[in-house]
Amino acid sequence: MYRYDEFDENLVRQRARQFRGQVERRLSGELPEEHFKPLRLQNGVYLQLHAYMLRVAIPYGQLDGRKLRGLADIADRYDKRYGHFTTRQNIQFNWIRLEDMPEVLDRLADVGMHAIQTSGNCIRNVTSDPFAGAAADEVEDPRPWCEIIRQWSTFHPEFSHLPRKFKIAVSGGGHDRAAIRVHDIGLDLRRNSDGEIGFEVVCGGGLGRTPHVGVTVRDWISKPELLSYLEAIMRVYNRHGRRDNKYKARIKILVNELGEATFRSLVEEEFAAQNEREKVILPLAEVDRIEAYFAPPAFDAAPAASPTLDEARRLNGDLDRWARHNLRSHKAPGYTSILVSLKPLGAAPGDATSDQMRAMADIADRFAGGDIRVAHEQDLVLTHVRLEDVPAVFAALQTAGLATANGGMITDIIACPGLDYCNLANARSISVANSIQAAFSDPDLEDMIGPLHLNISGCINACGHHHVGHIGILGVDKKGEEFYQVLFGGRADERAAIGEIAGPGLKHEDIAPALKRVVQRYLSLRSSPEETFIDALERLGQAPFREALYAAS
Amino acid sequence: MPLLRHGRVSSCSRIFSDSGFGDAAASDVIVTLRSFLDDRSSTASRRDDVAVRLRPEDDPRLLANDLDAVSLIEVEFPKYTDGRGYSIAQLLRRRYGYTRELRAVGQVLRDQLSLMRRSGFDAVVFDHPDAEGVYAEAVGELSSAYQGAADDAVSIFLRRRPGASPGGLT
Repeated sequence: MYRYDEFDENLVRQRARQFRGQVERRLSGELPEEHFKPLRLQNGVYLQLHAYMLRVAIPYGQLDGRKLRGLADIADRYDKRYGHFTTRQNIQFNWIRLEDMPEVLDRLADVGMHAIQTSGNCIRNVTSDPFAGAAADEVEDPRPWCEIIRQWSTFHPEFSHLPRKFKIAVSGGGHDRAAIRVHDIGLDLRRNSDGEIGFEVVCGGGLGRTPHVGVTVRDWISKPELLSYLEAIMRVYNRHGRRDNKYKARIKILVNELGEATFRSLVEEEFAAQNEREKVILPLAEVDRIEAYFAPPAFDAAPAASPTLDEARRLNGDLDRWARHNLRSHKAPGYTSILVSLKPLGAAPGDATSDQMRAMADIADRFAGGDIRVAHEQDLVLTHVRLEDVPAVFAALQTAGLATANGGMITDIIACPGLDYCNLANARSISVANSIQAAFSDPDLEDMIGPLHLNISGCINACGHHHVGHIGILGVDKKGEEFYQVLFGGRADERAAIGEIAGPGLKHEDIAPALKRVVQRYLSLRSSPEETFIDALERLGQAPFREALYAAS
Repeated sequence: MPLLRHGRVSSCSRIFSDSGFGDAAASDVIVTLRSFLDDRSSTASRRDDVAVRLRPEDDPRLLANDLDAVSLIEVEFPKYTDGRGYSIAQLLRRRYGYTRELRAVGQVLRDQLSLMRRSGFDAVVFDHPDAEGVYAEAVGELSSAYQGAADDAVSIFLRRRPGASPGGLT
């Protein structure tokens, strides 16, 4: 895991000091809210329905025990003893007073964290695969490049007042678990025909009001050229992106309005025009230095299967079911990654209490080399756990209330905070998620259904990524009443697709029963138990599911 | 409103004219890019010591071949959130090699000053009772930078590797 050197440390401290000055000028009235707003936003401070919200950056979702304990301490001291993990692999605190913000930033800096560029029209926190460095299918660990991009994009003087926010995601080249095709820029590590590892560059993806799947602007760019190429894209966007309408200001609109070919030629022209002074120089030794932080731990030689675990699973049905849904394959034999669900029935998706954070930190330190990730599904991940240790990890997670056995299942719902917190929302998200969880709370039923991604947003800004759920739900306001539209067929992986709206919105109380009918229809139509919901949907089309959705009315 | 050059209060007697040079001497006015280009295309006049004001949507490449005739470029920030001027400045400084005065005008607020300086602005029109003091404080808040830009800062990537040659991309 990357550790700050003196440069990183100094900048974060200086930024905290700078923001302290800005908050003081705001509180004294010297700085009007209008001018304070972009400054607080570049420090992750939003004004929400009830209070200021602080979004803390977790670069590429990477945590360790010390950082997570630091977050737990902030939750205890300045908030209501919990935090909310987001689809951008960050954490949000909903109840921090503005006066306390500078102190919170100092405390974050104490554990190597910050809230830099977690909002505002700048390059946001870089996101990645939560299984990076552990997944068997990756070409290479993407995290060193995430860290390099984090550093390059931090306080970039040219790209701090972009037309709109800008999100970059990096995947390691296997299955896409970072949703790179629905980001402003998505990077995928891959080999060219000579076997050299570089990046495919995807651009113009995004969700929100006008969802788009990104287009490939470059099949392959070499590692040394990556940052210069990113600068070319950013400059084209900064100069030509629309600034007359914030809803048309994202790069996806520029790519769409110019057309893929014109956009690509603008980027290539800009890239070709860079002179030696303009190129971003990244010494190989510096890449090596950063890569060294992400070197895999020394794995013990272990057999691919663990008789201890197998026996424990045979004796403990709860462990067995949890292991079936929450363990993920690992590149080292005898090891596994664990998805720790933050979606127990009846809670706000993505929330964790300070006690749970501390428990996770302890478990990670003891069993996972201190390595903890935040997944964009709003769950946590422990990488590098020995199969032998899984029963002990399960027991510890159970004690902490973190052993929900629904990883990747229908009750592992992605949801934005919705109308309960957010001043943009049209409808509640959390209570709909809870009603769906209740409808599918029978473990046998959920086991039968298998993998199914269900995403909920409380408004068209799509923070809950409803467009890329196999089933997506969008809250809308109709004359003061909450209605929920259902979308079918979205996906966020390497076959990224935007879901299609099935028809008119349903009432809050009708959503769960309607989805139950949809799922029953799937179970009756699937070709075999191996055919997942999304596969069946792609084979059969929307019609039978739409019909089931509205069957009651 | 105070004009700061290199952080010091200074003065400038040029006046912006949106109707071209008229009868004024080139050294008395600041003209639009259109007026400047019209003047350059007329072989009769072709002035020197010209000052040009660029709008955010203007393409600085149109000035690139005539920079010898230009002694001041103003870049307008109609709103502080409009960041196009930073790209214009970087292009002028780093790509087209413009070395004379580059001045930010319009909505220039304290917390843009450091970005402006890094992007190549050596002058700003900045309204504050203690413009010099605030400027010095604002540009001094961050002591290092991850990126090379149009100022003389050496990127952190390079500072960590004092031995690396600038060509040492790989």
